Amino acid sequence: MTRKLIVIGAGMATGRALEHLFDAGADYDVTLFNAEPRGNYNRIMLSPVLSGEKTYEEIVTHDAEWYATNGVTCRFGERVAQIDRAAKTVTAENGDVLAYDKLLFGTGSNPFMIPLPGHDLEGVIAYRDLEDTERMMALGPDNKVVVIGGGLLGLEAAAGMAARGVDVTVVHIMGHLMERQLDEAAGYLLRKALVDKGITVKCSANSKEILGDNGHVKALLLDDGTELPCDLLVMAVGIRPNVKLAQEAGLAVGKGIHVDDQMVTSNPDILAVGECVEHDGAIFGLVAPLYDQAKVVAGTLMGEEAQFVQKELSTKLKVTGCDLFSAGDFADGDGREDIVFRDPARGVYRRLIVENNVVIGAVMYGDTADSNWFFGLIRDKTDISDMRDTLIFGPAYQGGTPLDPLAAVAALPRDAEICGCNGICKGQIEDAIAAGATDLGAVRATTKASGSCGTCTGLVEQVLAVTLGDDFVMPAAQSICACTDMTHEDVRRMIKSRALKSMPAVWQECGWKTSCGCHVCRPALNFYLLADWPLDYADDPQSRFINERKHANIQKDGTFSVVPRMWGGITTPDELRAIADAADKYAVPTVKVTGGQRIDLLGVRSEDLPHIWADLNAAGMVSGHAYSKGLRTVKTCVGTDHCRFGTQDSTGLGIKLEKTLWGSWTPHKLKLAVSGCPRNCAEATCKDIGVVCVDSGYQVSIGGAAGMDVKETELLVQVPTEDEVIAVIKAVTQLYRENAKYLDRIYKWMAKVGLEWIKEQINNLETRQALVDRFELSQSIYRKDPWAEHAKTNADSYQPLANLSLEAAE
Amino acid sequence: MTNWIDIAALDDIPQRGARVVKTSEGCVAVFRTAEDEIFALNNACPHKAGPLAEGIVHGKSVTCPLHNWVISLETGLAQGEDTGQVATYPARVENGRILLDRSFLRARAAA
Repeated sequence: MTRKLIVIGAGMATGRALEHLFDAGADYDVTLFNAEPRGNYNRIMLSPVLSGEKTYEEIVTHDAEWYATNGVTCRFGERVAQIDRAAKTVTAENGDVLAYDKLLFGTGSNPFMIPLPGHDLEGVIAYRDLEDTERMMALGPDNKVVVIGGGLLGLEAAAGMAARGVDVTVVHIMGHLMERQLDEAAGYLLRKALVDKGITVKCSANSKEILGDNGHVKALLLDDGTELPCDLLVMAVGIRPNVKLAQEAGLAVGKGIHVDDQMVTSNPDILAVGECVEHDGAIFGLVAPLYDQAKVVAGTLMGEEAQFVQKELSTKLKVTGCDLFSAGDFADGDGREDIVFRDPARGVYRRLIVENNVVIGAVMYGDTADSNWFFGLIRDKTDISDMRDTLIFGPAYQGGTPLDPLAAVAALPRDAEICGCNGICKGQIEDAIAAGATDLGAVRATTKASGSCGTCTGLVEQVLAVTLGDDFVMPAAQSICACTDMTHEDVRRMIKSRALKSMPAVWQECGWKTSCGCHVCRPALNFYLLADWPLDYADDPQSRFINERKHANIQKDGTFSVVPRMWGGITTPDELRAIADAADKYAVPTVKVTGGQRIDLLGVRSEDLPHIWADLNAAGMVSGHAYSKGLRTVKTCVGTDHCRFGTQDSTGLGIKLEKTLWGSWTPHKLKLAVSGCPRNCAEATCKDIGVVCVDSGYQVSIGGAAGMDVKETELLVQVPTEDEVIAVIKAVTQLYRENAKYLDRIYKWMAKVGLEWIKEQINNLETRQALVDRFELSQSIYRKDPWAEHAKTNADSYQPLANLSLEAAE
Repeated sequence: MTNWIDIAALDDIPQRGARVVKTSEGCVAVFRTAEDEIFALNNACPHKAGPLAEGIVHGKSVTCPLHNWVISLETGLAQGEDTGQVATYPARVENGRILLDRSFLRARAAA
């Protein structure tokens, strides 16, 4: 016999429960009450509706036709007034009395409103339903809004309105945003991203009173007296299970309606599901456990064995451009260790919290591609001792060769959860694909994967790509060269994290596809290795371009040019005589003055190089490194020595800088200049690093260029003394050496990491000193004259291997 | 008929390196790979006659230092999109010594 089921509340949990019932063909006659005048829609997609990325119609999960097909009697816009447990009847608002065999509570939750003075003013709303969303959508660039609450919901509301041009301020009582899901570092990155979207964020801010004008909200007043004007005030500080009706019906209620593992309340014929329940002391606000509950409650209604088990939860924020993920427990504690990875250049932060070789928490910001894998480790309590060293880099770096970006997805087991909202595993998606669902829409339609909050869409696409192979095209990141799929950034990270100290180690560990690299990757690797491991790695001349191998610039006819160093552009008659003598002796065809204030001898034969160097060395001159991705010149003006305008000894400072920096290798060439006054005769403001002297000290600026691109430098810092100039320049040079991609000049690197980040590093005196120390450590190896060394020990290699030209061709 | 002549010790060329042998008709580049194989090629890129001996050696190829043409050490053929070929000469290693074929070098001179 068909039994009567009355459902109170048409939300996501009851909606899902009904789907399970109808899918299984359960014999129930269903009546559905809903206080909202509509049926079930995907409430968690209200944020994309608010931001304009979706329409309401797109997030409706059950339309009138669906209810009709399944024979559901819809009483939308009607509340249940009363429940008689003994008679097993409910009374509707209009007085109708309906009998039930089973009653299902899905009354959801109410937004919590802080009882601040003025909270009942017109224009103070929560963020809960479509009406709230529509209120916010009605606003535009002329409006100001204050959002109280820097949690998931508050930030989605703020970002959604900011996307509509609304002037939004978020007021959060705690020290950083989303403090329940994020640690401080990730909270900081999130705040930065939101501020970039034009949102004002106030943390550690206590609201005192909501000010009104004619009954309408006018401003929020903070404890410290700040007044934040607003046309609308959104409170998004949390939710409370809606238990009023259950309480009146005499059911056992704590924080929520008490249910057992089968989702049955204290009355055997009354069940409850969703945000209104309390299970084992916990209440629920995220969708994944609600769907689990829906499955269990449907099972119970059909008389099947079913049991609700609480699982680890993870969180993703649905704000475009803010990729963050958190799961598990990430508080500091005894016996807990952190594995942290930061990439300021990409705005990436990853932190894993490990206890007894098990990951118990994860926070990721900026790159959440591997979040499901980490979540799996937490959920399955996997022992990570074997992969600990590279754990933080994700699944692609485990167990040998890292493959393409899809490898991580390919490596997931079939029971790995892809869609957290709907509990869809990789295997179910693979089965759906095998059954003919060959695009995202089809997979979504048949499995529901990525159909709820949508953040796993990329993952589902990757499963499609892995399963379908060439039929599915995915863009790949730019790798260094054809020898590897890894990017420069990936390889630099591997070199540091895995302590790779030789080129073969990099080839092996990074899965190079060629035996020994090529002319593109080898010079880059050689630089990365010597920059990161100056004491351990021996420079490999065979991986250098000929200019750096032979310490001279190759010319189009195979001859070389020779440029001795002239410190700060200063020379002497003796040096000039020695240069003239060398030019005569080696029949140098062209002698040219360079833009870097020194003299170039062009057209020297390879075999003469060690000899001309020895002659120049004898006159006190050393290599000018005019050929290197390293320090070239420090151009100067005459400064206070002679100039009537000079404010400082620019020449002296230039010489000091050149003497401390010379010999250092950098990602690309490094040119400096020091001008004695703002007239800037040394053209310091188009150099990689420029110093302009002023009365009160020295302006150090970086990121200039006067080559294929022309750029003016930007001010890094102004300091009062020469010593500080030198420290700052050493530090910024080291920062550039440690972080930039090979062949990026400073201006390109700066465009990637941001001048602000560079300033933060340099202005932190501890960081600055550490950089200087590391630079000096490297210079203890490299601050020397390669010409003298080669002339003395390596001169033979510049000669022909053999000379057969005297053999007559008989 | 071959006529091998001893040129130098294998270790006179670094691994993944090259040195030139002067002949009356210009230079021959002698390459040593990471696997200690020896190859001898005309020291002039088919593109703009760049000195191949100054290039970066990788696998069984060398990249010309002037414009990055990649030349196969085995065939002398330009790789990838570029077309052209460099003359190659017989070369081998015996007891740690590099040997070149005199008759081939002479044939080159006569050509």
